[in-house]
Amino acid sequence: MTVRKNQAALTADEKRRFVAAVVELKRSGRYDTFVTTHNAFIVGDTDDGERTGHRSPSFLPWHRRFLLDFERALQEVDSSVALPYWDWSTDRSIRSSLWAPDFLGGTGRSRDGRVMDGPFAASASNWSINVRVDGRTFLRRSLGTAVRELPTRAEVESVLAMPTYDTAPWNSASDGFRNHLEGWRGVNLHNRVHVWVGGHMATGMSPNDPVFWLHHAYVDKLWAQWQRLHPGSGYVPVAGTPNVVDLNDTMKPWNDVRPADLLDHTAHYTFDAA
Amino acid sequence: MPELSRRRALTAAAALATMAGVQPAVAPTVSATEHGRHTPASFDEVYKGRRIQGRPVSGGAHQHHGGGYAVSVDGVELHVMRNADGSWISVVSHYDPVPTPRAAARAAVDELQGAALLPFPAN
Repeated sequence: MTVRKNQAALTADEKRRFVAAVVELKRSGRYDTFVTTHNAFIVGDTDDGERTGHRSPSFLPWHRRFLLDFERALQEVDSSVALPYWDWSTDRSIRSSLWAPDFLGGTGRSRDGRVMDGPFAASASNWSINVRVDGRTFLRRSLGTAVRELPTRAEVESVLAMPTYDTAPWNSASDGFRNHLEGWRGVNLHNRVHVWVGGHMATGMSPNDPVFWLHHAYVDKLWAQWQRLHPGSGYVPVAGTPNVVDLNDTMKPWNDVRPADLLDHTAHYTFDAA
Repeated sequence: MPELSRRRALTAAAALATMAGVQPAVAPTVSATEHGRHTPASFDEVYKGRRIQGRPVSGGAHQHHGGGYAVSVDGVELHVMRNADGSWISVVSHYDPVPTPRAAARAAVDELQGAALLPFPAN
């Protein structure tokens, strides 16, 4: 059974194996298919139209399944690897071990945002940015520049306390847990972390930065925490909602999985701690 | 897995075709509320040495996901989207809403740091 651990608790060997598996997916071309899929949904999901991956109730189950696909791909390279999560409410500094050269590498240089150290630096020559909207082929970051602070634990708690999963109009204007966690409304959790990292993470092609997976693994963990806090609250809407994935509707691009199939993460993985 | 890949490719292709201004087989529908919303005026300026332009577009080959507005940087289309509250984002600044399409175009110029936007799909 896969156990997803806090990135801060990984051993040197676990970090090495995770990085090696990610780099191998990149080398084989498989990694970039994840970037392409994510961007296709980012530009396709709209508040007034069909919306599946973002700005909609299925933001959470869609990313849960997307991460499962990626984790399974990693495990085909190295069966010992699981996705770590980044608790950005605790590891809030650019001096976190997350950004050390033996793991993800640090922020970009000021001139052009280019990441200069770690296994995903352009100089390491195994991390070319291929799915992109401009000519720059090197990974970019600007940690803590566009927004100064990552969300605090108190802000996370305030969102976890919301008892309703989601509300009409089921988009970026909604009240409820999902949209506050996604960040289009309120204290802003998930969106703000993308902006804080900057560079590719601020774009529709955000999976170009491997921290994408650690960020979303923590967003996914917060969904699990919310479920434990509100056992009487379920995924909504449940039926008949135009352009929105109801509880028992199948989700694109898989077309064979429903939010109802993804509510219980323990069928696929557990976490190292509650 | 090949089937899954094919579906993904088709989904991506449809999105890319839309960005390139090529109409996919099934046009995205535009809701009544979208028609009723105020559309920002056109703009055309040089910002940090780059020409940014924006204009309302409607119907036919230029019906955008973003609700009928096109933005370009040095003549290359930048995919933009309007949020329900009237704020805007673009594909290079997707998690950080700004008040107007001109602000989204300026944010894109800031993000690009001089790099040329590639016509989609160019990579």
